[in-house]
Amino acid sequence: MPAKGTIEVNDLYCKGCELCVAACPPQVLALDMERLTPKGYHPVHIVKEGCTGCAICALVCPDAAITVYREVTKAAAPVAAGG
Amino acid sequence: MATLMVPENLVYERPHSFTDAPTHYCPGCTHGVAHRLIAEVLEEMNLTERTIGVAPVGCAVFAYNYFDTDFVEAAHGRAPAMATGIKRCLPDHIVFTYQGDGDLASIGMGEIVHAAARGENITVIFINNANYGMTGGQMAPTTLPGMKTTSSPDGRDVETQGYPIRMAEMLATLDGAGYVVRRSLHDPANIRKAKKAIRTAFEVQERKLGFSMVELLSTCPSNWNLTPVESLKWLEEHMLPFYPLGDYKVAPAVAAAKI
Ligand SMILES: Cc1ncc(C[n+]2csc(CCOP(=O)(O)OP(=O)(O)O)c2C)c(N)n1
Ligand code: SF4
Ligand code: SF4
Ligand code: SF4
Repeated sequence: MPAKGTIEVNDLYCKGCELCVAACPPQVLALDMERLTPKGYHPVHIVKEGCTGCAICALVCPDAAITVYREVTKAAAPVAAGG
Repeated sequence: MATLMVPENLVYERPHSFTDAPTHYCPGCTHGVAHRLIAEVLEEMNLTERTIGVAPVGCAVFAYNYFDTDFVEAAHGRAPAMATGIKRCLPDHIVFTYQGDGDLASIGMGEIVHAAARGENITVIFINNANYGMTGGQMAPTTLPGMKTTSSPDGRDVETQGYPIRMAEMLATLDGAGYVVRRSLHDPANIRKAKKAIRTAFEVQERKLGFSMVELLSTCPSNWNLTPVESLKWLEEHMLPFYPLGDYKVAPAVAAAKI
């Protein structure tokens, strides 16, 4: 079982650039075409199961918009982004 | 999902050394990644309280709004001179400049060369995006041969417009330079390496080992007329061959410090 994770995207910062969408290894991210941020961008959100909490999305995000959480298990201790 | 979002599961959050201000950079511009890495390093080294940044003229002109540190704004290209004065007056502070390739390698060429030659104990973060971003994508000293910009619409002709300048290699020849490297921001592995280099550069300054510069290959999606994702690929395919990544100067004292 891969580790279970999730992310929170801050609408104040996300500019819908899709760098995280392209970089996410399990490809669980997409722009939310139903919503607009205060700046007028479609923010990114998780669209399917499979986030591992690897934090690669946060590592490539130019706007520090992403907070990453990962279930703490012995098999998969969190690794800080940018480590 | 919601139960996952508890403090003990936190893996990554926005650096505390940033202010709350959203940046003005274009979507997907890796200036933002460079900012984030600096912020992470300042926080990890616990330097936020005694760091003074020097902002350039260029897209990063508002950098002072984004870091929760002291900051000054320099005249175009003069950041290394301003940083010199600040560092000499306040030697226990960490002083860094953040400069684009127009700012550093064009109008500011004199300042950067002499700051490095004097071995000023400052850190320079140099963003090489192969053009003048802020003013609309004109040719910079770093623009690649044949590269189209708004002021080289037929592509840079080296016969009339000269050859691009490799700043890291050039500054590395100066005895005053302690640590001079080039890294890139185009993928996760390289972003990690860039962060390590930024950390090393600040450690070099903290240990008073001389001038340090990290050149970062960076994208300019708006003026390259590419999407942010296409820009990363373009950087990888076109800039990496011309601007090889590597450590161009690691002075003996820096190597001995085993940072
Ligand atoms: C004395 C002076 N000359 C010219 C300019 C116009 N100018 C503003 S930014 C800039 C170059 C910016 O390019 P770069 O340093 O590569 O930074 P980027 O915007 O790409 O991050 C120029 C020429 C100016 N503001 N002041
Ligand atoms: S943490 Fe990893 S798996 Fe989850 S969204 Fe980000 S990149 Fe994708
Ligand atoms: S990389 Fe950051 S700014 Fe870009 S879409 Fe993802 S969360 Fe938004
Ligand atoms: S003009 Fe280019 S360098 Fe400036 S913020 Fe936009 S994408 Fe970045």
